[in-house]
Amino acid sequence: MPPLLKVEGLSKSFPMRGLGPMLDRMRGRRTDVRAVDGVSFDIAPGETLGLVGESGCGKSTVARCLLRLVEPTSGSVRLDDTEVTRLNGSALQRLRHGMQMVFQDPTAALNPRLSVRRMVEEPLRLHTTLGPSERRARVDDVLVAVGLGPDFAARYAHELSGGQKQRVNIARAIVTDPRFVVLDEPTSALDVSLRSRIILLLEALRENRGLSYLFISHDIATVKYLAHRVAVMYLGAIVEQAETRELFANPLHPYTRALLSAVPIPDPDARRERFALAGEVPSPVDIPAGCRLRGRCPLAQPICAQPVPLREAAPGHWVACHLVGKG
Amino acid sequence: MTDAATALPLPAQRRGPLAAMWRRLRRNPVTLGALGVIVVLTVVAVLAPVVAPFDPEATDPAIALSAPTWQNLLGTDVYGRDQLSRLIHAARLDLIIPFASTAAALVIGALIGALSGYRGGWVDQVIMRMVEAVLAFPAFVLAMGLTAALGNSIGNIILTLAITQVPIYIRLIRGEMLRVREMEYAEAARTVGNPSWRIVVVHLLPNCIPPLIVQATLAMGFALLTMAALSFLGLGIRPPDAEWGEMTAEGASHMVTGEWWLFVFPGLVIMATVLAFNLIGDGLRDLLDPRMRGVR
Repeated sequence: MPPLLKVEGLSKSFPMRGLGPMLDRMRGRRTDVRAVDGVSFDIAPGETLGLVGESGCGKSTVARCLLRLVEPTSGSVRLDDTEVTRLNGSALQRLRHGMQMVFQDPTAALNPRLSVRRMVEEPLRLHTTLGPSERRARVDDVLVAVGLGPDFAARYAHELSGGQKQRVNIARAIVTDPRFVVLDEPTSALDVSLRSRIILLLEALRENRGLSYLFISHDIATVKYLAHRVAVMYLGAIVEQAETRELFANPLHPYTRALLSAVPIPDPDARRERFALAGEVPSPVDIPAGCRLRGRCPLAQPICAQPVPLREAAPGHWVACHLVGKG
Repeated sequence: MTDAATALPLPAQRRGPLAAMWRRLRRNPVTLGALGVIVVLTVVAVLAPVVAPFDPEATDPAIALSAPTWQNLLGTDVYGRDQLSRLIHAARLDLIIPFASTAAALVIGALIGALSGYRGGWVDQVIMRMVEAVLAFPAFVLAMGLTAALGNSIGNIILTLAITQVPIYIRLIRGEMLRVREMEYAEAARTVGNPSWRIVVVHLLPNCIPPLIVQATLAMGFALLTMAALSFLGLGIRPPDAEWGEMTAEGASHMVTGEWWLFVFPGLVIMATVLAFNLIGDGLRDLLDPRMRGVR
């Protein structure tokens, strides 16, 4: 099956302004912040790709580049057969019909001065020729689908609880029946007790409506539940990518191993590998040459200074590490 | 709070933001009193021909320069015109001109400020430098210069007052825009496919309104004062029409001869009205901005 979304070599760098960086540039040093540096992945119809990594590793920038909320510096994003990075004007607005996003903070993402109906209806108003009564019916339907019901249409954001707000955000994202939805940490601002219900809702919507998700999170447990495949990001690049089960059973990249070993296990008797990295994440202004993890990795070897591409270590299991498969 | 699925029934009577504001307003007698002053003045201005005891233009040499009597409660001027009736009729100009100029400045300032704040970059730079150029002149000197250059018709006075106010609104809205354009709901509006103008007009501007209302109310007082001062100097409303500033000016020439009622009453009316606008502005600021509550 051809992928629904295909991302190749996506990069985004932010130039630094001011006198200091200008002098550095004259001395031939790199002074841009490379937030995303050559990211590639694809997502099949109906599939959920999990994107995990620490805060600041570029996950959200990837999401914003896909939707063109941020202009990528280079690379290609194809949805079906449309090159998203080249769209502009009304064609870009039509793209929003097929590609949507659910934001992290459900409160900040809702306009305090618009009713739920106005907000959920807006995509229909902008992208369809439906009349007022048809739009009304669609909004009522989608509110039911996200577990709220038509009664909520007249409310304003401040009259809703956190979970209800996130349901409204989800309703707004799926009202035009998009094929692809980016979920940017949709549960991290919610109480733990609400998370599982939102996750179950997202999973049910995916099945019923044939959606594909890019699920961004730093919550390993929810990724494990929701994602079919997982990509691990570190410092702007994907370092490992595999089927979810394979990745959790057999993490190959040292960064992935460190990430997984940091997840608490709710069992006092559980024993497992402790794998810790040294130091802090380096600044994305000066990313180490070769392997990005080189300075922090307990296994680092001289060869790690060489550039390291993603290679297929096992069928469907891609990893960017020189040491994998060499004992 | 319970989550979604179990839909809570809405309270039978929903308290809108207006109702909440009214409750807080009732606990603030100063603002309420100032609001009362403006409401009474507006009613009087609208009903001027009914309320005024005499025709404001009718002269009667027999009672010229009469001190307040039971017939002419606030006395008469050189031509024997009833001062109370003139003050009542003047309220029309003295309310409508500040209101029209403030409204014009508000709309124009909001649009330019929104453009400046939302677009940023060189557009913002150019607009801000122009705003600074206008603000470099003291507002009253600028108003004097403009009326002197344009001529003092009512339309020109409105225009002048609007021009002196516009930069303030541009700055205010620009600042608010810089704040709200970074909100996630602005990004959400873009994600949903709104064109830029719709993001600004439908999603962002309504969220900038509270400080705008405060500024506009304060500006009404300032505009009234500026207009009265212009008239006082002979650059504003011209004599046959009644206007408080112009009446004060005429009264001032009688100060040495002892006809005190001619300058005291118009002056008092101006003072009371400007004070009322300022008090409402202050009160609104407290009402609309929770951070300001309890500061004073």
